[in-house]
Amino acid sequence: MNFAIFRCCPTSIFLKQYESSTDAILRKLGIDFIDIKEFNCCGYPLKNIDFKAYVLSSARNLALARQRNVAMLTFCNCCYNTIKHVQHLLREDAALLGDVNTTLAKEGLQCTPDVKVLHLLEALHKEIGIETIQAKLVHTFKDLNIATHYGCHLLRPADIMQFDNPIAPTIFDQLVEITGARSIPWDTKLDCCGSPVWGVDDDLSMDLSAKKLDDAARAGADFLCSACVFCQLQFDRVQKMMIAKRGSRKPLPSILYTQLLGLGLGLDETELGIAQNELDSTGIRRFMV
Amino acid sequence: MFFTVSLYVALVVFAVGLVYKVSTWFRYSLSAAAADIPAKRMLAAVKGIVRTVFSAKILTLLKVLVLEVLLQSRTLRESLLRWWMHMLIYGGFMLLLLMHALEKIVSVSLFSAYYATLNPFMFLRDFFGLMVLAGLALALYRRYFMKLPRLKTAVMDQYAIIILAVIMLSGFLLEGVKITSYSRYQEMVEAYADAGDEEELKALESLWVKEYGVVSPELKGPFADEVLAKGRELNESCISCHSRPQWAFLGYGVAKTFTPLAVGLDKAGLPALLWTIHFIACFIGLAYLPFSKMFHILTTPLSLLANAVMNRETSDPLNIATRQIMELDACMHCGSCTLRCSVGVVFEEIPNTNILPSEKVGALKALVSGKPLDERSLKLLQEGLLLCTNCLRCTGVCPAGINLQELWLDAREALLQKGMPEFLLLSPLSLYRGLMRGRLDEDRYAGPARLVADTIGSNFKEIDAQNQTFDPTALDKGLVKHLGGSALGSTFKYCFTCQTCTSACPVVHNYERPLEALGLVPHQIIHSAALGLSDLVYNAKMLWLCVGCYQCQQQCPQGVRVADVLYELKNRAFKKVNAMKPLV
Repeated sequence: MNFAIFRCCPTSIFLKQYESSTDAILRKLGIDFIDIKEFNCCGYPLKNIDFKAYVLSSARNLALARQRNVAMLTFCNCCYNTIKHVQHLLREDAALLGDVNTTLAKEGLQCTPDVKVLHLLEALHKEIGIETIQAKLVHTFKDLNIATHYGCHLLRPADIMQFDNPIAPTIFDQLVEITGARSIPWDTKLDCCGSPVWGVDDDLSMDLSAKKLDDAARAGADFLCSACVFCQLQFDRVQKMMIAKRGSRKPLPSILYTQLLGLGLGLDETELGIAQNELDSTGIRRFMV
Repeated sequence: MFFTVSLYVALVVFAVGLVYKVSTWFRYSLSAAAADIPAKRMLAAVKGIVRTVFSAKILTLLKVLVLEVLLQSRTLRESLLRWWMHMLIYGGFMLLLLMHALEKIVSVSLFSAYYATLNPFMFLRDFFGLMVLAGLALALYRRYFMKLPRLKTAVMDQYAIIILAVIMLSGFLLEGVKITSYSRYQEMVEAYADAGDEEELKALESLWVKEYGVVSPELKGPFADEVLAKGRELNESCISCHSRPQWAFLGYGVAKTFTPLAVGLDKAGLPALLWTIHFIACFIGLAYLPFSKMFHILTTPLSLLANAVMNRETSDPLNIATRQIMELDACMHCGSCTLRCSVGVVFEEIPNTNILPSEKVGALKALVSGKPLDERSLKLLQEGLLLCTNCLRCTGVCPAGINLQELWLDAREALLQKGMPEFLLLSPLSLYRGLMRGRLDEDRYAGPARLVADTIGSNFKEIDAQNQTFDPTALDKGLVKHLGGSALGSTFKYCFTCQTCTSACPVVHNYERPLEALGLVPHQIIHSAALGLSDLVYNAKMLWLCVGCYQCQQQCPQGVRVADVLYELKNRAFKKVNAMKPLV
């Protein structure tokens, strides 16, 4: 299957390492992908503002993917949720689809809501498969406790996302554990990281994060692991700002799944951007064998 | 005489305009905080330039000068069509400026045997002119026939195409008419010909009619061979300055087309008229240059060079402020940024032109010039600046190297500090501000988001939920109907107020006294909406603090899509708020 990588807006400035590490592991695992230069913002932040603008944004991306007959592969939960949700809405509502296509026709595009949309974790788990990935590992981790953080938008609403069981998911845990790390149980595992209100009400945002970070620390986590741009920004950049503001906290760094897997696959640390994480993540090397 | 006077007038107007424009770079600023006395800014600029030029950075500057300024590598990366268009216009025009307009200074010193009507100069002049016309044709094609989505063409773009077209076309027409001009031929013969008697003059004229395109009122072909031979003999002295006019291929084409009317047009003084149009058009272009799109000839290279060596961390803030005003003049409205903008398509639903980066720059120009903008224009600009995901693409593609990202950051803050509530802050579009919190003034950081959260209620009626009795006839039936018909909100009616959603909400659980902090909790919002209590709903902070984690929706036993209903209510509030301040 041909994939077009759908990149997420904030990464250019704030999370280049997610882009470079994703590209690196996909290449290592032999997945071909293209970059569609014309992709636009999925529309996630516009959901609060204007429904049609939100739908049109994702519809244009779906139309571009359809034009090139590719599936869409994204490494961000919010982009994944948005595109899938919009595609669902367009399938259910012919009038909405008609409206959107009238606008898109002005650019010579048409949206047919039948594009395959995959999250990176989905592609790794279903398209490539656990065994294939395991066979390619050159390093494993020993005694590494990972608090796996799925992220709200990956799982819910489950009737649309259909990614995994929303109450007791296992896909991300399995992917973490093939590297040899332990995906530990923790109470607030499926709670929100707080990113959606960072900039809107920073106290609320930090409170939500603090709850999870305290819980993960109590559960014995060495690292958090995320597969979402916004969650990673929250646990990495915002946690650093939190520590500066609120103090009294031992940093609990968050590593991107692509960085964790990348290390396992023996990829170069510069490509994985471990040093680019705001909170020092280099400690993960201590667990590598 | 008229020529010289107009030239000097044009030069003076150009010089005054140039000084004025450059002075604005030191006098204007994006924010009051960045402003300082112009003299200080000028001194800082000189210091900065001197320090950079006399350092290793001079190599960077040279590299940028060659690759990005002269060879336009940034444009080439984005579009081959646009690169050709610009190279043809800019290359052709610069060569014509140097070799033709300034021939008496440049060409004469470079080439000892230079004469305008001699090859290769005569051929090249037409060739360069053709280059410019070809570039203009591509420009017209791009702006009017390619139907690029959301590419805006402004008066400044039309002016640029028109002034160049007038200069080129009047030049070719002039050349063609001069080729045929009998009066011009006579002037030249009187000044330069060695010929003596009438027969010899007739022979020379016959040759020139036959082979040089002159249209004579008396002499017409066919000519006898002996006459032409005699003419050729006399022409020996002329050919040291005159190549055959066919080499001026476009001008010659014009000459052939005009031939039937040439005598009459010549008598009517067409050559002199065309000459006047030609040089007046050039002088208008020159005089108006600092105020037109053509100013980018000077500012765009400056922007490319400055941005190659400046950065936020180490450059003098005064110089950054100056550079930013200069950057606004460096924009030549090519629209590359708009074509690549991640939220450009949103313009189709929210028709605020300030969403488009190229139009934001124009609006900022008006803002910094101190022109009094009405509140609606300011509001629209603020909204356009916030409706941006900071993906960095506009900044990456700008062929003028403008640091758009920093312009947006500084302009955004300048506008938000004016105290106009900005609804878009109640969304993840605020994330960038949040992540840049360390770079912003701490005491000005939280204000804007808090302001809009506090004042949004002021757009609706104030409700005292505990003590007020509701008038059933005053309920908002429109809200209920709208929710019922919406894709996101229609399931609200299945709610039987079991409060599962509220129990599952992490925001509710964050507060000791949720009702105090949030106004209403989720199940109350659903219930209030079902009753048509729109003012109560929109006043609730819960609506804006919902993180969209979907726990409520996931756990609702009735299949009410709770989070989606809240989104629909947020969208409806936005429409209402903006209906009060209507958009374009």
